[in-house]
Amino acid sequence: MKRRNFIKTLALSVSLAAAGITSFHAQAADTIKVGILHSLSGTMAISETTLKDTALLAIAEINAHGGVLGKQLEPVVVDPASNWPLFAEKARQLVSQDKVAVVFGCWTSVSRKSVLPVFKELNSLLFYPVQYEGEELEKNVFYTGAAPNQQAIPAVEYLMSKDGGGAKRFVLLGTDYVYPRTTNKILRAFLHSKGVKDSDIDEKYTPFGHSDYQTIVADIKKFAAGGKTAVISTINGDSNVPFYKELGNAGLKATDVPVVAFSVGEEELRGVDTKPLVGHLAAWNYFESIKNPVNAEFIKKWKAYAVKMKLANAGKAVTNDPMEATYIGINMWKQAVEKAKSTDTDKVIAAMAGQTFKAPDGFTIEMDKTNHHLHKPVFIGEIKADGQFNIVWKTKGPIRAQPWSPYIAGNEGKQKL
Amino acid sequence: MRRRLLKFLLCIFLSSGVPAWAALDAKLLQQLAADASDEKIAAINKLAQTGDADGQGQTRREVLRVLKALSEDALYVADGKIVLVDGKRVIDAASGEEINPAPTERDSIDINNRVRRELASALASLRLFSPERETRFAAAQELLDHVDAEMAPLLVRALATEADPQIKQLLTLADAQLGLKNSDPTARLAAVKTLAGSSNPSVKRLLVPLLDKNVESDERVRLEAQSSLKAIDARLAFADKLSRIFSGLSLGSILLLAALGLAITYGVMGVINMAHGELLMVGAYSTFVTQTLFRTYFPGALDWYVAAAIPLAFFAAALVGILMERTVIRWLYGRPLETLLATWGLSLVLIQAARSIFGAQNVEVANPAWMSGGIELFANVTLPLNRIVIIGFSLCVLFLVWILMNRTRLGMFVRAVTQNRSMAGCVGVPTGRIDTLAFGLGAGIAGLGGVALSQIANVGPDMGQGYIVDSFMVVVLGGVGQLAGAVWAALGLGVASKFLEGWLGAVIAKILVLVFIIIFIQKRPQGLFALKGRFAES
Repeated sequence: MKRRNFIKTLALSVSLAAAGITSFHAQAADTIKVGILHSLSGTMAISETTLKDTALLAIAEINAHGGVLGKQLEPVVVDPASNWPLFAEKARQLVSQDKVAVVFGCWTSVSRKSVLPVFKELNSLLFYPVQYEGEELEKNVFYTGAAPNQQAIPAVEYLMSKDGGGAKRFVLLGTDYVYPRTTNKILRAFLHSKGVKDSDIDEKYTPFGHSDYQTIVADIKKFAAGGKTAVISTINGDSNVPFYKELGNAGLKATDVPVVAFSVGEEELRGVDTKPLVGHLAAWNYFESIKNPVNAEFIKKWKAYAVKMKLANAGKAVTNDPMEATYIGINMWKQAVEKAKSTDTDKVIAAMAGQTFKAPDGFTIEMDKTNHHLHKPVFIGEIKADGQFNIVWKTKGPIRAQPWSPYIAGNEGKQKL
Repeated sequence: MRRRLLKFLLCIFLSSGVPAWAALDAKLLQQLAADASDEKIAAINKLAQTGDADGQGQTRREVLRVLKALSEDALYVADGKIVLVDGKRVIDAASGEEINPAPTERDSIDINNRVRRELASALASLRLFSPERETRFAAAQELLDHVDAEMAPLLVRALATEADPQIKQLLTLADAQLGLKNSDPTARLAAVKTLAGSSNPSVKRLLVPLLDKNVESDERVRLEAQSSLKAIDARLAFADKLSRIFSGLSLGSILLLAALGLAITYGVMGVINMAHGELLMVGAYSTFVTQTLFRTYFPGALDWYVAAAIPLAFFAAALVGILMERTVIRWLYGRPLETLLATWGLSLVLIQAARSIFGAQNVEVANPAWMSGGIELFANVTLPLNRIVIIGFSLCVLFLVWILMNRTRLGMFVRAVTQNRSMAGCVGVPTGRIDTLAFGLGAGIAGLGGVALSQIANVGPDMGQGYIVDSFMVVVLGGVGQLAGAVWAALGLGVASKFLEGWLGAVIAKILVLVFIIIFIQKRPQGLFALKGRFAES
């Protein structure tokens, strides 16, 4: 009998754990509710958990300074569990049930695509903080991450330059889904425009979570024998680790075949033995190693917050590009609400145009007046042994986003909403 | 102890090096800190050549030390001087004197890949005259990767003094690459002949243009180039096949380690254990914990943490397995659907537990030094050491499991219970305890698989999910209830998917393998090997 009870309790706790919903509901009257829609479990938890915490940090900071329009912000955190349809469900719950004024969230393009119809239908606001493939422009979304011309194209230009090694042949290696496929389509068109022939481009895809890169590394080695080669990696998530390990063990050094990655940042390097990665590149709009007072302050705040909230691995807390983008997004939304004197979606959208913010990347960056993307500087960094980046190239200033890539036919004249 | 010895040696080295320091050109050193890569590279090359000018080799050693510091990010600018940082000591690079007290503010000199590449050749050209054979060998290999015309005098000098035949061969190959551009056709012919012995794919690139009449006017050289190319191609093709077979075996050995535990719990006991992947995870996290313990308590023996992790992972996973069996699974024997659901729930519990204890992030498990790098068989084939070790490890585990199942009393009981539970019970086999032990054994073997996986894949809470499907594929294909079947299925799947991958790409290969298994199971539901005899269930 006792045993049966035990099993019952166990079963109950299992079902509770599986439900895994952490909603904070406080019934204060004078608050503005803000939704946070990031996966806290499943494959994307690795990257998205810190974005949830960054959002909470920014909200706590705004509240400490008196809130917005005299009201405190009240975060509503939900967990879509890396499950794309669940993203849409949770988004609907946030907007129509919890009545949040704005949602900060999503990481993968597929999750963004799945919540878009909800935000359009309910005319609510989403701030999306991650670099993506472009080819999209929605009235209800503000994109605080990079469009392809703010990350991928400058990175390839750098690889072709003298300092980048003067690459003549390119391996476009990615995980098999919408972001890598679209980015590689743009890059191939860009490389054609630079006179690179199809025989000098090798496009390869691996399934999600692929962990055996032996054949691919052997093929890269063979391809590289035909001339100076660079690898452009849109491998997403933790597949990167076995890939770099295999590169290192096969004796392909960064000085011979540099790999530039678009999804590897400080946070991803935290769980990695960095020895085989040293010298490989990443392109972002922000690195923790950027030296300026705003960034120093941002890093200090984040580290203090991580320790205070007892986050996992708080002692080794790092900042990265999507975290910066989340932080900028929340602060810009606050400024826009104050300008509009309302949280009404249409009024805030109008007020967002031309907002500026002194960002940790060292520039006062601006929200474009028409295309809902930020003007961002681009940095290229080489991975160092301590998991940080040595910045080897940067743009002179922020550049305007081109969500509709000019390298894809039929995109002309599509830049505005 | 070893550390102290090292420190002692270092002290001797430093104290003997300091007084005889011949001053280096301070201006050139300053140029190393220039912003533009071009200037840095010019300074590196000039410094490397001043090393050449000195007959005694003293300057060369100092240049080597400065450039080595630059390549290891240990060169800084402090108070307008270029300094070497060695632990807590700060040494002026120009004079070789220690600066006391050490300057508080210093900026590191950062270099990019292009500078690093030039630096590597400069270092190699200096090391080519080192007294140690290993250093010279590595330097010659490095030089062979980036042969350029400026190296000609250096190679001539090195060839004149080099006695070791292996190094000499490398240098001759490098020299022959330069010889291709010689204006004398006989010299070119000799160079082409020498290069036929190379198995480096980049040499092919040098030889191909020689087939063209407009580039190469001499008929003999053209013919010789053709036969040299043929020889290189044949060798490359052979090496290519070899590397595919190796990677197939490696993948197979990993599949085998992942599936062997399941072959016991599912294959022999018939429990559909959806939490099998999480047992792999327990093993991998045990490795991580062992590594952390070694880092804190025995940093000197850090390289051997993997060996210590093996028993720990086995017992940790076995313990989790036994707990699972005692608390949940034993109540559900004979009810496969409920078992499937309950173990799936257990897998969620285990994942969440790992997430709560270790965080949602992947954790770092580093390869020990003796498992890093690889053995270079040919220029285009390097067999990574970690994979070689894992193949060996999986064979050992397989052997032990075979012994256990076929040569011990426990193994006999397990087989007896598998074949006819009630009859085994009748003759006095404690079936309940055997179930628990067998499940613990299967779980422990999964833990061993986790140790191996931690050396090549990510260690994180979700890592097991990626292997559960593959493991079931191996067991079902091999034939339920058969260890030998699992072995053949794992190796077969590994080699087949690697050959398909090289041919059609990773995505299509994965699909084709799945399609093949579906068709195979349709035609032969009992798998590769079927158990013969009478069974209680059938």
